[in-house]
Amino acid sequence: MSEAVNAAVNEPIRVAVMEQLPKANVTARSPLAHSTRVVPGTIQETAGVYLWEEALRTHLAIRGNAGSADFSRGVEAATGLALPDRLQCSQSGDWSLSWIAPDEWLLIGPGKEAYAMELSLRAQLDGHYAVINLSGGQTLLRLAGPKARLVLMKSCPYDMHDRNFPVGKVVTTVLAKSQATVHRIGDEEWALVVRRSFADYVWRWLMDAGKEYDLGPRRPE
Amino acid sequence: MFYLFCPYCGEHREEEEFHPRGQAHLSRPEDPDGCTDEEWGDFIYFRTNPRGLHHEIWVHAVGCRKFFNVTRDTQSYEILETYRMGSAPRITDLNDKQQSREVQA
Ligand SMILES: [Zn+2]
Repeated sequence: MSEAVNAAVNEPIRVAVMEQLPKANVTARSPLAHSTRVVPGTIQETAGVYLWEEALRTHLAIRGNAGSADFSRGVEAATGLALPDRLQCSQSGDWSLSWIAPDEWLLIGPGKEAYAMELSLRAQLDGHYAVINLSGGQTLLRLAGPKARLVLMKSCPYDMHDRNFPVGKVVTTVLAKSQATVHRIGDEEWALVVRRSFADYVWRWLMDAGKEYDLGPRRPE
Repeated sequence: MFYLFCPYCGEHREEEEFHPRGQAHLSRPEDPDGCTDEEWGDFIYFRTNPRGLHHEIWVHAVGCRKFFNVTRDTQSYEILETYRMGSAPRITDLNDKQQSREVQA
């Protein structure tokens, strides 16, 4: 029995990799397509906090051994980004690579490049690793403005104070009994990665939590 | 509400992010086909339920999703240490706890 198991392990790895975007002329819809529509005339000039979705981005989970020089070199060759340290994020242009766990990272980039990036990661990596396209399974929310941190303080049990959550840090934590990967991009700028099935709930929660700070459901001008 | 130190994230996190997963350091019988029913039954079904020191597995479910071990006093709920999978506990009886307190003080 154990011999059969070992034989299977030694077989070359075969993975079905496919372009997940439809070739036909189909309109792509983000999980928040229905809620991000802004009703004209309801927007105030200034808001204490801005909330918007960066819809339909590429989300790839990369797993492997951080201690292996081949693995970190391969990831860097494909993405141009160094593997970030614990609770940190590497960024370059439109791509970001966030630490999720000691053997897991989340790569986010332009929406149409998931397939090409997955192929180039697979070309660069070898041995025991995984690349998983999560683009359809989660979405990216952005929160910005002088009151953004207050909205997160109401929503998360995590300590959002500057001394504990400096710019550049990435933390996966509880957000309103759901879960989010929270990245502090700038002093007043945050990115939240949430599950597709929870996106509507989180969106509505943040809209409600931001009400007292005149939340504007849009990008700041 | 209490904080646990996740040895993989390297910081204290709120209890809400974790789940307990029962007794730690269970050893699976080396030869499942050769062991007695009693040995296999003990491994599958029987757990200790001590009053006092207990080594448990917890998972950082809403976080890094890694499993790790916790040494906890089930009577006071005090968490005495957390440590990575595959490593041994530093505290193995409550006298150690007294000692470690004295060292800290
Ligand atoms: Zn953790």
